[in-house]
Amino acid sequence: MSRGVVLFSALAFGYAFLYLPILLLIIYSFNDSANVAIWGGWTLRWYGALLGNDSLLGAFWVSLRVAVVSASFAVALGTAAGLALARFGRFRGRALFGGMITAPLVMPEVITGLSLLLLFVTLQGLIGWPAGRGMTTIMIAHTTFAMAYVAIIVQSRLSGMDESVEEAAQDLGARPFKVFLVITLPLIAPALVAGWLLAFTLSLDDLVIASFVSGPGSSTLPMEVFSSVRRGVSPEINALATLFVLFVSVGIIIAGILLNRQERRRQRDDQLAYSGRAQEV
Amino acid sequence: MADDALNQPPVSRPPGPAAKPARPNYREPWQDPNAQPYVQIVGVTKTFGPFVAVDDVTLDIYRGELFALLGGSGCGKTTLLRMLAGFEIPSQGRILIDGVDMSEIPPYDRPVNMMFQSYALFPHMTVQANVAFGLRQERLPAGDVRRRVAEALELVQLSAFAKRKPHQLSGGQRQRVALARSLVKRPKLLLLDEPLAALDAKLREQTQFELVNIQEQVGITFVMVTHDQDEAMSMATRIAVMDQGWIRQTGTPAEIYEYPQNRFVAGFIGQVNMFEGLVTDNQPDHVLIASEEADATLYVSHGAEVPAGTVVSVAVRPEKMAIAGQPPDDRHNAVQGIVQEIAYLGDHSVYLVELPTGRTVRVKAPNTTRMTEMPVTWEDHVWVTWRPDAGVVLTA
Repeated sequence: MSRGVVLFSALAFGYAFLYLPILLLIIYSFNDSANVAIWGGWTLRWYGALLGNDSLLGAFWVSLRVAVVSASFAVALGTAAGLALARFGRFRGRALFGGMITAPLVMPEVITGLSLLLLFVTLQGLIGWPAGRGMTTIMIAHTTFAMAYVAIIVQSRLSGMDESVEEAAQDLGARPFKVFLVITLPLIAPALVAGWLLAFTLSLDDLVIASFVSGPGSSTLPMEVFSSVRRGVSPEINALATLFVLFVSVGIIIAGILLNRQERRRQRDDQLAYSGRAQEV
Repeated sequence: MADDALNQPPVSRPPGPAAKPARPNYREPWQDPNAQPYVQIVGVTKTFGPFVAVDDVTLDIYRGELFALLGGSGCGKTTLLRMLAGFEIPSQGRILIDGVDMSEIPPYDRPVNMMFQSYALFPHMTVQANVAFGLRQERLPAGDVRRRVAEALELVQLSAFAKRKPHQLSGGQRQRVALARSLVKRPKLLLLDEPLAALDAKLREQTQFELVNIQEQVGITFVMVTHDQDEAMSMATRIAVMDQGWIRQTGTPAEIYEYPQNRFVAGFIGQVNMFEGLVTDNQPDHVLIASEEADATLYVSHGAEVPAGTVVSVAVRPEKMAIAGQPPDDRHNAVQGIVQEIAYLGDHSVYLVELPTGRTVRVKAPNTTRMTEMPVTWEDHVWVTWRPDAGVVLTA
């Protein structure tokens, strides 16, 4: 057997392992049979039924609002953290902070969820805010772990950027805050958009942390799906999951494209400049 | 006269060789006791933790100079430049520009602009917007901004590229955008950090002359950092040679080359033969040095303030030496040895002559006549001689 065949079958097996379950789910979402395990021909009726399911639709809106708000806060806070790590030189404890920012990425979600729940309960006892658990607490919790991702994306973008560009702007008379607005921000904008999309997707996906910190009437979509699946898998859930996969993939793909595009464009323009075509006026 | 020429506001002349003025009767202000220094660096020290980057540097720079800070990497030249720009704050000492103490003034309020080694162009702005950036910060009327940007781009011959983004330009064009951007605000002082380092060799030489021409046209005082001695020698009015945070010597290119004050400068600039020896006779008009290393008595026709018995070095440049097969009449400043290597370089040849003591002497001789056969060849026994005024006595 040639090496090519071995490599190809390894690749095929790996991808089948990853994507076959999802593919099955997508196919069964078009299954015209009330029993999920028995194939009964093609239909779109489960997608139609979704529109009439108020609890799922309500959960969807909760998830969407939580995701938008927490992604926006995560970008604001994560950018500040990324800036501090990439720009403020060697302050005392920089390595510690640098390591700690990545902790939420590896921390088990159960622990993050539990500790946030404890925090919210304690805070409510002390200062009366946040009053009970609900959307606000989910937003805070999601901001907490998503900002770590944003900080890392922003930090890597900044450290790949020539710092003297910012110094040049200052040298030409722009005050530090203006330098940030007109030089730094436009240059890291793609990273911010990518970070936002990633945070948005992470928030939509999360089940465990949301379960800990949510309250009555504020179930997110993953929570609603999970609880209804416990009562038995319905083809409706397959349809919902398919839409979900679509939604999340689009977010991830756009984030990836944004992160890559600038790099590719720069390479192309460099080639253009050095090939001598730029010499022509 | 020279002062008048320098005090005039910068005039933008059409570029081109016809408009190029000669260095306008440049009276050397550092030799004029009444001249006011324009930039004063007074006892400046900069430390980073335990590391002393700049060590008690005092330096005066005059109006209209193209001053070069020359040294190897880590000698403190860039730190000194960044202190002039305001990006680093001196740990000790003061910096005055045009009589104003800069200690409390942040970079964005200093009458100083800098051209960065990486050029640091704003990648998301066009050439025109890059050059206009500094003027916009001054809130000048749009018409003035447009006019001055156009002038600056004309000065660096980039008018046709105004709408390009930096990544659509070649290296040399980017360098000129950076220059235009830093000149357009008409700073009192322009700082250049290795302005030519990122260019290839051919472009570098051409740009050296361009940069000097532009400096003469605009009349702005330039301070340039470089590690390239040829660059410093060919462009600068004066050079400060730096090493380990100190200035080892300040002077015109010729002074630095012909009269190095210490072994470091003699060895750093150009090539040199150094012989260690003992002062045997010290007269006002000459010094005699007995050198075991050279196996000869060296005669230097200028007085040196060293008592007899001091150990000194005598530095002699290779091109100030002559090589001959016959012993000279005057046995001072004459060493004998065997030719080990000859490098024929067309216009001149370099000979490496090994003395009986094991020392190698480098001699650079011009090839003034066409020759197919060398008068001196490998393994020849030769005499290397130099004139009494060729050597420099170094004590430090």
